[in-house]
Amino acid sequence: MERDKVIEVEGLVKKFGSFIANDHLTFDVYRGEIFGFLGANGAGKTTAIRILCGLSRPTSGKVLVAGFDANHPEEIKKRIGYMSQRFSLYNDLTVKDNIELYGGIYGMTMKEIRPRTEKLLAKLSFNQYGDTLIGSLPPGIKQKLAFAVAVFHDPEIVFLDEPTSGVDPITRRQFWEMIYETASRGITVFVTTHYMDEAEYCDRVTIMNEGMIVALDTPSALRKRYNSSSIEELFVKIARHKTETA
Amino acid sequence: MKKFMAFVKKEFQHIFRDYRTLIILFGLPAAQILIFGYAVRTDLTNAGIAVLDNAHDVVSAELITRLDASEFFHIKYFLNTYDEIDPAFKKGKIKAVIIFPDDFAERLTREGNATVSIIADGSEGNNANLVTGYTTAILNDYSAGLTKQLTSAMPVIIPEVRMYFNPNLQSHFMFIPGIITLILILISALMTSVTIVREKEFGTMEVLLVSPLKPWQIILGKVAPYFFLSLVNVIVILLMAWFVFDLPVKGSISLLIAECMLYILLGLSIGILISASVEKIMNAIFISALGLMLPTLLLSGFIFPIENMPKIYDYVSLFLPPRWFVEIIRSIMIKGAGFGYVWKGTLILAAMTLFFMLLSARKFKVRLGEGGK
Repeated sequence: MERDKVIEVEGLVKKFGSFIANDHLTFDVYRGEIFGFLGANGAGKTTAIRILCGLSRPTSGKVLVAGFDANHPEEIKKRIGYMSQRFSLYNDLTVKDNIELYGGIYGMTMKEIRPRTEKLLAKLSFNQYGDTLIGSLPPGIKQKLAFAVAVFHDPEIVFLDEPTSGVDPITRRQFWEMIYETASRGITVFVTTHYMDEAEYCDRVTIMNEGMIVALDTPSALRKRYNSSSIEELFVKIARHKTETA
Repeated sequence: MKKFMAFVKKEFQHIFRDYRTLIILFGLPAAQILIFGYAVRTDLTNAGIAVLDNAHDVVSAELITRLDASEFFHIKYFLNTYDEIDPAFKKGKIKAVIIFPDDFAERLTREGNATVSIIADGSEGNNANLVTGYTTAILNDYSAGLTKQLTSAMPVIIPEVRMYFNPNLQSHFMFIPGIITLILILISALMTSVTIVREKEFGTMEVLLVSPLKPWQIILGKVAPYFFLSLVNVIVILLMAWFVFDLPVKGSISLLIAECMLYILLGLSIGILISASVEKIMNAIFISALGLMLPTLLLSGFIFPIENMPKIYDYVSLFLPPRWFVEIIRSIMIKGAGFGYVWKGTLILAAMTLFFMLLSARKFKVRLGEGGK
């Protein structure tokens, strides 16, 4: 059975002058899966995610996100959520203010926002924080709220750009539980990370190196193919292989 | 539109939650007006003056006593020759020199009038005006007293006022238009550039750009509250000018407000341009403060009359919006000029606004199109 494709990328090239940041990327992402994007800094992850989010245009190639072409990002933007590697809530607004702001930006009415906010805070057991300024909350709670806000408007896809950088292991663990829960609601999760252990949590993983996709499969299939006990080991092998053939 | 309003609401929340911003917004103009006003007033109680008494008669002696006894003046120097006037001023401790002619009392009784010369330090325009005003009042008071005693024709003491340094007294009441100019640039350019750059620095700008809000909506949503607050500020300043300094707007208030709106737009577009050019809040503050506030203070004619500057600064100031705006506001507020007198400056400000808007729109497009990193 053909699975429902929510992102289709074929021959994506992105050049900055003579520098090729994305070199003929081709991949599909299926609805409801957790899709990992792995690579060292400068491998081209951020460039690719910016194009998928409509922040930047491809130089050439076909990019469809939620069924819309990346050259017309307005439609895409309505259907996605985004959480950047930097903290993206407003410290000088309360938790509820922030939720209302992002809900409002995505076209939700206060009638829809209010009950959903209550439900969300109850689910996270953050009821007591509703009227607290974001700036006075501990980092772990902020991070979880940022994610909850990114999927508040029920996007088709949520893009997480290194969401767990600089977060303690316990929060990372809880954070990934939230990601699983989100995916089970049918929201596709597109996540970039440089924590190799997190790659194991993904349904499928893409490994990028120097602007190209060097591997794409489920974590277990990749481990088997490269005869490695972990993604981390596999990643080192691929990188070494690259430099040897270069 | 609903999305846009949600965004504007958030911007107001930022402002009202941050009491420091509010203090700057409303405290600064109030403080400045009071400081300027206070400085003007203190200088006039017990101001130092010098007297050149060529008459040495009863009437001049009586007048000198009255001047010295008044709360406004104390006599610092008694001069003997005209040559001593210049050094007395240059030492800087006196606000005016009062000169009695040699046949003062005689003329006053025989011809019914006599002249007293008041030479005021015109470099401090407000003070000069007040000094001559108070002196004239004391002289009139004295001659009115004489009239009651004498039944003959009323003797008149004619004050002959001259300004040292600045004969036409052109800095008169310059500071209210100056403060409006300064505050508007400060709020509209500095605060908008800071608030936009803050989104960039904290990384929230990226999230906004990914959202369905269009870039122009983001920018407009950020500046709209400041446009509104700037207008409120103008009204506060005008009310203070009126009630604290008795300086009502002589010309059309709606014209004045319209000119202020134009100038706010200009400031906002400069602020947007600054925010498109820098990544850090500190840089935005630095550029706004150095690039906007200093020229506004120094070259707009607000504190230092442009006429007294070297020609080169005069030409430079032609390219500075505050110069034109100060002139427009002064014309409307103090001279009661209508649009017919200020259309040229208005046109220049409008052209500058358009220029900065196009420039910042282009700059933003370039940045967003091929996103920085």
